[in-house]
Amino acid sequence: MDVLAIQILNSIFYAAVLFLIAGGLSLIFGVMGIINLAHGSFYAIGAFVTAYVIGAAAGHVNIWILFLLLPVGALAGAVIGAIIEPTLLRPFYKRREEYYLLLTFGLLLIFEDSLRFIFGTRPLSADAVIDALGTFQLLGLRYPTYNLVAIAIAGAVALALWFFIYGTRFGVMLRATAQDRRMASALGLNVGMIYILAFALGSFMAGLGGAIVVPTRTAVLGLSIEMLIVAFVVVVIGGLGSLKGALIGALIVSFVRTAGVQFFPEIELAVLYIIVVAVLLYRPTGLFGRA
Amino acid sequence: MRLSTNWLEGVSFRRFLVILSGVGVLLALVPAFIPILETELLTYGLIFAIAALGFNLLLGYTGLLSFGHAAFFGVGAYTVAFLVRDFGVVTIEVAILGGLVMSILISALFGIICVRYTRIFFALLALALSQVLWTLAFKFYWITGGTDGIRVPRMLLLGGLLDFTGPGDYFTFLYAYYYYVLVVFLLSVILMWVIVHSPFGKALQAIRDNEMRARFVGIEIIKYRWIAFIISGTYTGLAGILWVPMNRLVQSEILYWPVSGEFVFMTLLGGFRNFTGPIFGAIIYQRMHVEIVGLIEYWQFFLGTVLVLLILFLPTGIVGGVTQLLARLRGQPAPRMLDVMAMLKQGVARLRRKEGV
Repeated sequence: MDVLAIQILNSIFYAAVLFLIAGGLSLIFGVMGIINLAHGSFYAIGAFVTAYVIGAAAGHVNIWILFLLLPVGALAGAVIGAIIEPTLLRPFYKRREEYYLLLTFGLLLIFEDSLRFIFGTRPLSADAVIDALGTFQLLGLRYPTYNLVAIAIAGAVALALWFFIYGTRFGVMLRATAQDRRMASALGLNVGMIYILAFALGSFMAGLGGAIVVPTRTAVLGLSIEMLIVAFVVVVIGGLGSLKGALIGALIVSFVRTAGVQFFPEIELAVLYIIVVAVLLYRPTGLFGRA
Repeated sequence: MRLSTNWLEGVSFRRFLVILSGVGVLLALVPAFIPILETELLTYGLIFAIAALGFNLLLGYTGLLSFGHAAFFGVGAYTVAFLVRDFGVVTIEVAILGGLVMSILISALFGIICVRYTRIFFALLALALSQVLWTLAFKFYWITGGTDGIRVPRMLLLGGLLDFTGPGDYFTFLYAYYYYVLVVFLLSVILMWVIVHSPFGKALQAIRDNEMRARFVGIEIIKYRWIAFIISGTYTGLAGILWVPMNRLVQSEILYWPVSGEFVFMTLLGGFRNFTGPIFGAIIYQRMHVEIVGLIEYWQFFLGTVLVLLILFLPTGIVGGVTQLLARLRGQPAPRMLDVMAMLKQGVARLRRKEGV
């Protein structure tokens, strides 16, 4: 029973991370209609930068400051995203899809090696954070408190995002641009700024996913593609362009993977792809998609 | 880019054969003038040219970008490895046959899944499926050798007609294999030409250019894409098969996604709107790779940067660019190349006027 509870909590934790990344991907797609193959790289950037910063600061500063440092990786992602979007990506929205797929793939390669160059090949970790919070008793076993905090952070971000998109004026502008760019532009919205902000926001979310997960997992090379594929699976299941879909998709994928790892450890990825294929066959736009 | 960046545009089949024979003779004579290392590299170049040709059938002619072609390369290679190790196959012809069969099967299987979907989904589904294969090869290391790989001893060509024993036998093999690959390469090129210029090939281009219209005309999109996918995967699988006797080691790395990226890069480097672009791209890439890996440690960074620069400034690739340059020099009206610099300037100007994009 306790093992089950732990598995469930692990699933929710993983789902939280997935939601952030897939949500970012969905957001960018919803507003700009592109899928950024380097999105996984922002996740990796978030993980590496946060791990590095926390690793460097641990032992020198108050433990609670370390928490405030968590989002640093996410901010790094947002800034980089804000720089890339207007310069490299925007000229390609109107052209054939292949071009921006190739372009973002090139960016992915560049980011991979840049991370290797900057941070070296040793895995980085941010153990200080997870140690600081200790563990708590859960039905006979101990479970890291940090995981709950991470879930809470992701939940808070989800709520904030929901409020932002549906409750603020800027959210209205965002949704308007997503629905009909020309009309929004005709009505006087600064579409360029909206694009930059949307892309930065999506990248921030991906980076935050990486930042949250890195205390529990070390930051290693190869994260980008791995996470890209899983995030893609989530948005396929949940539907491109829908945050609600990203949430549900993240939960489904997470629970399937956890169950898969438990019962079919060697082929748990394959189980996931079978589900993707099934979803694509019967509901090509995903559960909530509008692509 | 509707106007031609293809210097073989409008060339009849007979003329093409003449040109190809000339090229074939040239390639046959080349080993006499270059060091053996270069011949070895050229062999690899021709092998990857076959793969790139196949890849471009999907990208250039059908408009489908796949990030998963490492899967077929790996399937071809691993089939040879298994045939040699577990079934005692010694001649390469049998290995080719077996590898082709497996490539066709796997392409068909992956194809059924992938071709129903639109561009982005297609690209990522292909990537995902190839990653599944990689995971299997990686995890089931007691079968596949994992990252250590399977060693494949030298194989017999032409059913053992040629003898590779005695001193200097390694070099004899290299030269002989070069000609073997050359013949296969030339045959592959002819076959691809025929495919691309057939009604089937024209239908593919129609699908690429305007899917809805093609459907209205009566072309069954999914079936045609599927067949193109199978051909493409099989070509890449053939490359994987031919690669094994050269490399003699089959590791799980060849199924990993950067290999797919290399196929993409080669094709883009040469130019994907041409028939010959991928061929040049592959040969140049092989040569470049060896030079540059010796010089810089961050090969992926270099690759990514060149890729980005290519897309920004030379989307038609080397062959396309040269063709346009020659056309302009000859005084012909230059094809309307999509001028990215002009677009960038326009975009910036619009931003300044705060109209948005």
